[in-house]
Amino acid sequence: MSVQQALPPGGPPRGSAETIQKGDVLLDVRDLKMYFPVTEGIVFRRTVAVVKAVDGISFQIRKGETLGLVGESGCGKTTTGRCILQLERPTSGEIIFEGQNLNDLDARALRPLRRKIQVIFQDPYSSLNPRMKTGDIVAEPMYVHGIEPDAKARERRVEELFSVCGLSVKMIDRYPHEMSGGQRQRVGIARALSLNPEFIICDEAVSALDVSIQAQVINLLEDLREEFGLTYLFIAHDLSVVRHLCHRVAVMYLGKMVELADCDELYDNPLHPYTRALLAAVPVPDPAIEAKREHQTVKGEVPSPMNPPSGCVFHPRCPLAVESCGRKIPEFREVKPGHWVACTET
Amino acid sequence: MTVSDVRTDLGAEEVVERTPWPAAILGLIARYPLGAAGALVVVAMIFAAVFADVIAPYDPEANAYEYMFTAPGGQYWLGADDFGRDIFSRIIYGARTALFVGFVAAFVGATGGLVLGVASAYFGGWFDLIIQRVMDVIMAFPLIILALAVISVLGPGIDKVIIAITIPFIPQCARVVRSSALAIREIPYIDAARACGFSHARIILRHMVPNVMAPFLIMITAFVGQAILLEATLSYLGLGVQEPVPAWGLMLKSGAEEYAESAPWIPIFPGIAISLAVFGFNLFGDALRDALDPKLRAQ
Repeated sequence: MSVQQALPPGGPPRGSAETIQKGDVLLDVRDLKMYFPVTEGIVFRRTVAVVKAVDGISFQIRKGETLGLVGESGCGKTTTGRCILQLERPTSGEIIFEGQNLNDLDARALRPLRRKIQVIFQDPYSSLNPRMKTGDIVAEPMYVHGIEPDAKARERRVEELFSVCGLSVKMIDRYPHEMSGGQRQRVGIARALSLNPEFIICDEAVSALDVSIQAQVINLLEDLREEFGLTYLFIAHDLSVVRHLCHRVAVMYLGKMVELADCDELYDNPLHPYTRALLAAVPVPDPAIEAKREHQTVKGEVPSPMNPPSGCVFHPRCPLAVESCGRKIPEFREVKPGHWVACTET
Repeated sequence: MTVSDVRTDLGAEEVVERTPWPAAILGLIARYPLGAAGALVVVAMIFAAVFADVIAPYDPEANAYEYMFTAPGGQYWLGADDFGRDIFSRIIYGARTALFVGFVAAFVGATGGLVLGVASAYFGGWFDLIIQRVMDVIMAFPLIILALAVISVLGPGIDKVIIAITIPFIPQCARVVRSSALAIREIPYIDAARACGFSHARIILRHMVPNVMAPFLIMITAFVGQAILLEATLSYLGLGVQEPVPAWGLMLKSGAEEYAESAPWIPIFPGIAISLAVFGFNLFGDALRDALDPKLRAQ
């Protein structure tokens, strides 16, 4: 299964090309695979099946860049994020961050690198410990990593982070349940920033918020990117949010990467039939056009990742599928500079 | 909306209102009348135990042979036993023994179970498997049989009684706590703690343990009642607290065997004390469980 061994270098990022230099790769994921065994038996466990949550994906993220990772529920985008964070130990593949393969490091060696890779979770209600004050939640990582060993200085830094994230300093003594969803998400962002990370994985960071709060948090994320020179992996299923925030976008389907391109290129000129279907599903904010518009829906259901289809995983649902699609795994190839797609028929 | 706009409109904040505590207590009594009755018994018992020196009219261990088998009345409110000791004073001091054994055994047993249960859920895999099977082995013995076995190895005495009662509590608590901790382990704030590179000890003690406090507290109150009963049982069987220390089970034993008919006050009053204490702690524990369970609270 080495179809994706060629590495997509990715095109020049949109907008701020001068700040993101070509070749300055921060994170390099190579042929990442995460298989979860399905076991039976209590004492003598035997594997009866394997869920291929992530099945050989490769991509690179440059310093200062935001890479969007989209796909429907269960396609493996969150698992990809968890693998990079080393919350799951991948089955195989390499995750190279600052020249070190994270998969090779043990828990102790990983600890200093954990500072540099942080995460913002989807659900602001469950991502904060309900028994801790928000100020302590933000201060704790700094204490553990010895960033601000002095309690007074740490307190000042927490206040600073709160105001950077648009939270009133008064809220330091609040418990998470005394705050709104948007405020809690800001606490989650402040916690991620407390360790001065270089790279933040936003795992559906705005999906749980209502639309007006979403806009605020997205603007905050953009401002922080510029202020602190952050790099994001933005995992989402909302394509309009991704278009607004990302330089490049990767589309996943059933554990595989099907398309990767610059943001505008992907939205204006989608090549993979799955990407096209995904984009067609984005509602148009005008009821008149929306009613008249021809809906091109994907037929069928997402197959089980326990038993994915042969050949191209999308072929049973693909409008362009030909007979050979069921046999041959399509190569993830660069059809245009910076535009990669895993489809033989486009 | 830019970030600076957002920052300004966060000054006006809804203030979270807290009910003043006397009103909160009255509300709790109205909602859990049985629990309040249980709490009353618990408080009375703690009061008796703490101020036993002041409340008790006689020395609980002083023999007065001229007053043997005095019936309840003005001089001895609950009568005197076969050594002429005041039964009321012995019951008051007996509360001290019962609560000491009850609280120490419940706290140590539940805390041991808490740490094992959370660690078992957090680490999972082989560690979990081995811990859980050991707990199964201990739980396979009935409570009283296990306590008897421990006593027969260690010998009688109040410290041995506490050990004997503590051991069977550990797996009971570990089971309940583990199931709560398994759910908590999957909540993203634990992932966030792991992503921050916190040590296992910190994640277990600071992030998981505080969030399984509800089942832990319920287990403790339930255990106190059980421990009091178990202590009385072991003392009754002559394996627990030894004479002349005042203990309810011991008083019941000496009374029930010989004087159930001739001087019924000797066994009856300690018996009432045991029943009332266990009943009180159980009612209190049940109410606490209901109050801490958000699903029941909503109704």
